[in-house]
Amino acid sequence: MVKVIYRDKEWELKGRMTVRDAISKVGLNIQAVLAVRDGKLITEDTILKDGDVVKLVAVVSGG
Amino acid sequence: MRHHKLALCEECYLEWFPEQTKRAIERYRMFGPREKILVAVSGGKDSLSLWDVLLRLGYRADGLYIHLGIDGKGYSDRSLNYVEKFAARFWGASFKVVDVKALYGKSITELAREKLRGRKICSLCGLVKRHEMNRLAYEGGYDAVATGHNLDDEAATLLGNALRWQAGYLARQAPVLPSTHPKLARKVKPFCRLYERETAAYAILRGIEYIYDECPFAIGATSIFYKEILNQLEVHSPGTKLQFYLGFLRAREEGLFSKAMEGLELGECEKCGQPTTAPKLCAFCRLWES
Repeated sequence: MVKVIYRDKEWELKGRMTVRDAISKVGLNIQAVLAVRDGKLITEDTILKDGDVVKLVAVVSGG
Repeated sequence: MRHHKLALCEECYLEWFPEQTKRAIERYRMFGPREKILVAVSGGKDSLSLWDVLLRLGYRADGLYIHLGIDGKGYSDRSLNYVEKFAARFWGASFKVVDVKALYGKSITELAREKLRGRKICSLCGLVKRHEMNRLAYEGGYDAVATGHNLDDEAATLLGNALRWQAGYLARQAPVLPSTHPKLARKVKPFCRLYERETAAYAILRGIEYIYDECPFAIGATSIFYKEILNQLEVHSPGTKLQFYLGFLRAREEGLFSKAMEGLELGECEKCGQPTTAPKLCAFCRLWES
């Protein structure tokens, strides 16, 4: 399982996937977030494996 | 970075990002190495990254934090805390704090309660910030005010203005707004060609701590909706936002909006002395009239 965290939401995703796939699966836009694993920024092509915890950081601000 | 067809490691990215900023500063002739720059810092990723980059590039850049008294969980206090942390940790850089309530008697939240009449608080906030940035720049003898507006900010503003064909706003949207009055500071946007994802990535990689929560008043803002639309286009066709903005700048340079740029006569406000197109009091001073 890959755990994906975004703000106060969490998802558990099954199977091997890229960061891009994971962002798409949780319904977010790749342009609107950055992915961080173990405190390090990872690219959208990074392959995620069982046990990974990925935090998605929102990048959109405005007003 | 699919729009640039470029992939960089952390070390190279931290070199690439300031280089791109420097290129924009030079390309649009924003300011020279000896000029004094006032950086408007909000505690967010863009403005703190901008301050960091300008200092690393060797520019004379001081910070300005405008405390608006946004009270959702002490939002302004928390934002200020990030500015203070940045200045202490990275550079011991010099910055000023303007407290709107202490100076004028009301916070932006209190002012909005009295004055809004259907207007969104973001427009009021923008008016107060522009006035104070200009005042501090003039009083401090700064050559330019730099803001952390990124490509996504510019593209979203452009989309909003183009949807309504607001020629006057389109004419005044540019990487550099020159000073057209002795008391009006030049305004520059060194990140105007950098994606919002890129500024966020820079802040994270550089270890800059910034206020992550959105301003409570920006939730549901139209500009954020426009950014979402543009992000959908970007996923479909990488580079769309950059092409949209750069194409607009070319059209603007070729004079597409030149008629709308004519005839803005600036006088001085009777109360604060700042430049204004209004006959007596500027829009900022009218805010505080009961």
